[in-house]
Amino acid sequence: MRLAILGAGDVGRSVAELAGEYGHEVVALADSSDAAIDPYGIDVDGALERKLGDEPVGPDDPTAVFETDYDVLVEATPTTLGDAEPGFTHVKRALEADRHVVLANKGPVAERYEELRALEAESDGSVRFEATVGGAIPVLSTVEDSTPQAVTAVRGVLNGTANFILTRMAAEGLDYEHVLAEAQDLGVAEADPTFDVDGTDAALKFVILANVLAEGGFSLEDATVEGIQDIPGSALDLAAEDGRTIRLIGEASRDGVRVGPRLVPENGALAVTGTRNIVQIETKHAGSLHNSGRGAGGPETATAVLSDVGRLPKR
Amino acid sequence: MADEPAEDEAETDGGVRAYTVRLELVDEPGELLRALAPIADNGGNLLSIHHERGNITPRGHIPVEVDLESPPDRFDDIVEGLRDAGVNVIQAGAEHYGEEISVVLIGHLVENDLSETLSRIEDEADAVVQDLSLAAPDGTDATSSARLRLAIDSGRSDRVFEVVRSIGADKDLTVVEPLLGGEA
Repeated sequence: MRLAILGAGDVGRSVAELAGEYGHEVVALADSSDAAIDPYGIDVDGALERKLGDEPVGPDDPTAVFETDYDVLVEATPTTLGDAEPGFTHVKRALEADRHVVLANKGPVAERYEELRALEAESDGSVRFEATVGGAIPVLSTVEDSTPQAVTAVRGVLNGTANFILTRMAAEGLDYEHVLAEAQDLGVAEADPTFDVDGTDAALKFVILANVLAEGGFSLEDATVEGIQDIPGSALDLAAEDGRTIRLIGEASRDGVRVGPRLVPENGALAVTGTRNIVQIETKHAGSLHNSGRGAGGPETATAVLSDVGRLPKR
Repeated sequence: MADEPAEDEAETDGGVRAYTVRLELVDEPGELLRALAPIADNGGNLLSIHHERGNITPRGHIPVEVDLESPPDRFDDIVEGLRDAGVNVIQAGAEHYGEEISVVLIGHLVENDLSETLSRIEDEADAVVQDLSLAAPDGTDATSSARLRLAIDSGRSDRVFEVVRSIGADKDLTVVEPLLGGEA
């Protein structure tokens, strides 16, 4: 397939880098100000080198991407809340031109799911978004394979930063602020970690899951969300007295979405450590399935994007 | 995999349940400790022990009630371990202790009258506070944490959490609830 990639952050760049290995061709790579476009395939290495050297990725205008002959639009621009723009408009333009769309951007799927599905219904193109939930972990395709109707709930840990902080707090008996500073030094937490530690990032992923289970109806506003900023180290010590620990757990079902710090058995499946993610998919006929792995990172998330591309119907 | 669990058995991927075991012990030093070892050895987690001293069974032994939690598939091993150790097990398993749940409260617990918080939980949620552990590393006028173990009637956990959440909201406390759904 011929990929047009919007967004040249970690994920977009990794998709461009790995596309060849998966048998695909990159015909466009754009960030918000510049683009490299070539209907015969762009020079990916050159574009990435320029991007990393703070030069324009290419000589072209990003809006020209939509005029290119591509099969799949890979939407990997940063996640925005509310109207999920400009991601939503990108998806709309591609679907209206009967192209496929693979999203790494959570915004449109979490905030405007029904509109997205309506556009897809009118289009010859399909929409997939495995990369928006749990990075490399096949969460949505597992739900899809079990059929969403047979899945009663999805629970788990889908934010590596919050999980890293809680794990370190429990292991070292340290307080939140101290561990956060350490996580920032290690590059595990962003300079502004709000999105991760206040539960918003995890909530977006569980909202997406609830939308898939219930065929729409949820946005971030419908989720009950609590973060981990108020958890002192002593609370983790107390939990440990009882063989438990605290994790930032999300739950999605057809009834709603909830994210917050919860007590879980210390040696239980959901008590993953470090930046690892896990989901427990509760099914009607097959008990619980657990999928665990790396929930973030450029190459990791890019593998989810490329798996989606592989699942798309041929054009 | 040599031991596939039978289909109707609860799965045990981290899932634990509370059980009550009634034992009969000879009134000799070290007897209680000896009786508890098989529980830990078989992966059980002791929750509480009611040592009914002064309440002698017809055979002249001391009844002891032990609350523990373990994965369902290990509970039989625990009971077997107790019997192998020569401990007289009067009752095991089926006599569920209703339900036990732990919650952690975080905030200005002491300044906001901890004992009133506890009695409100008991009254409004119809629960028994079985155990309380308080940590106030920065002094009682700073943020502290408490872990409560509550005994409740089976099937009432949703209602109990609702009450604890609303008391938490009144007193500006963060409530960390256990994850009960599925096999957390």
